[in-house]
Amino acid sequence: MEATMTQPTTIPGLGRALKTEEMVISMGPQHPSTHGVLRLELVVDGEVVVDVIPHIGYLHRCFEKHCEHMTNYQQVIPYADRMDYVAAMSNEFGFVVACEKLLKIKVPERVEYIRVIMAEFSRIVSHLIAIGTYGMDIGAFTPFLYCMRDRERVLDIFEQTCGARLLYNYMWIGGLSHDVQPDFAAKVKDFCRYFRPQIKELNDLLSYNKIFIKRTANVGVLPADVALNYAVSGPVLRGSGVQWDLRKNDPYSVYDKLDFEIPVGKGLKGTVGDCWDRYMVRIHEMEQSVNIIEQAVERLPGGDVASAIPKRIRPDAGDVYVRTETPKGELGYYIISDGTATPFRVKVKSPCFVNLSALPAMCRGAMIADIVAVLGSIDIVLGEVDR
Amino acid sequence: MIPPPETSTPLPMTAQEIFESLKGRFGDAILDAKVDAVPDPWVKIAPARLKEVCLFLRDDGEMLFDLLMCLSGVDYRGGKLGVVYHCDSTVKHHKIVLKTEVTDADPHVSSVESVWKTANWHEREAFDMYGIVFEGHPDLRRILMPDDWKGFPLRKDYQVPEFYNGMKVPY
Repeated sequence: MEATMTQPTTIPGLGRALKTEEMVISMGPQHPSTHGVLRLELVVDGEVVVDVIPHIGYLHRCFEKHCEHMTNYQQVIPYADRMDYVAAMSNEFGFVVACEKLLKIKVPERVEYIRVIMAEFSRIVSHLIAIGTYGMDIGAFTPFLYCMRDRERVLDIFEQTCGARLLYNYMWIGGLSHDVQPDFAAKVKDFCRYFRPQIKELNDLLSYNKIFIKRTANVGVLPADVALNYAVSGPVLRGSGVQWDLRKNDPYSVYDKLDFEIPVGKGLKGTVGDCWDRYMVRIHEMEQSVNIIEQAVERLPGGDVASAIPKRIRPDAGDVYVRTETPKGELGYYIISDGTATPFRVKVKSPCFVNLSALPAMCRGAMIADIVAVLGSIDIVLGEVDR
Repeated sequence: MIPPPETSTPLPMTAQEIFESLKGRFGDAILDAKVDAVPDPWVKIAPARLKEVCLFLRDDGEMLFDLLMCLSGVDYRGGKLGVVYHCDSTVKHHKIVLKTEVTDADPHVSSVESVWKTANWHEREAFDMYGIVFEGHPDLRRILMPDDWKGFPLRKDYQVPEFYNGMKVPY
């Protein structure tokens, strides 16, 4: 790489007189490890990164402007799907919870439990992609194929339930678009039985792999106080050792009735808050998600999933901020209603956007190759960063 | 039964207490409040004094608002722009919403970037979309739109340009 040209050279006789200076390298927008169209402006001193300046906006699709031009709140949901397209269920979940709070609707228990199952499935799917592509960034190709294979099984369940594999438009304000199929519970239990050993396999294959640990431990350390100041959330925050999960700390839906743990980074292979910790939080979260799904499907009550869907969605004037825990972190919707059927303002606080803004704090002083490791450990989806 | 999540010992403050404490300390910087608003009580603050109020909210032992959840620009129509701050405390488990209002003729708000680093990108976004200028922001550039874009797209009176650098703008 050209960057080596600027490494300080000592030539006998010349010594200090030889000038070296920092160099600016553009990484992206077409770079395989930036997970989409992200451009990083790296200021490097030899191989050492002095500063990183992310340039975003390549995938900006005016989500917030679109919302203000809808004729109905319901029409926003397909757009919300397209923000974090690998975990679309979680995006819908946040939006419908926000709208229901604005409309003061209580939804049936059955709907809540199905939503929780779907949201946790989407957490598993998202983490599988995060883990698989992270391995690929680091140089391990095989785990990616294993992850994709397991992801297919979840997508099959989604497809059977609502007909779509990626962008579902499944959760509606007040209910769901379809009830689950009669053999849903059996399929879900089958998956849980199948998936637990797969996590173990993934651990043997990647998590405790010596090369993988060498590449990720002690790299991109984000201390807890810096993490909070940057308001990062999700596995990035928990990787820094902060026990903060909205499903426990600010419960919504039926999460307060379910029993699960919040995994945090403990610095087992290096320092608390390094890339390996952030990675490992995702592995443990998948285990917890399986626990939640098993409990929820066990308790799934009967009832009609469409009974609370309002005929007319026209909330009273007012505003609401609702945050939910998506696989990437805290997804917030700030919705202002002016009493009409069109949202006056929808602001999305995207977890990836905020987590990415902390990237420079993690990268300063690292090597160029570490940038790839740090970026992968944040797990960004550019669709959600740019909206 | 599942035990409730561990709550730390200090008691959360009510919106009323937060408002009174702010009013007592900053006086005329606190313009208005609706402490019984459902679901989120809010306090309105003078745009020029936001930074000192936020610094107090973050550092005071009673407040400890260590998390800025969200910062949103808003166009309230009629030349009125606003910024809304959603603050949360991970220590004391209380929340407050701060609002501030400016006119589009003089859209200057003091930046809270030095209080919460997360505000850096949020403020850039609000500048990009609404043209709200955050005084004291170290790097106030457009973030989502191209650097040479004209106008502020999320303003209610925004007209989509026909051309951008000679290219037709669809939609």
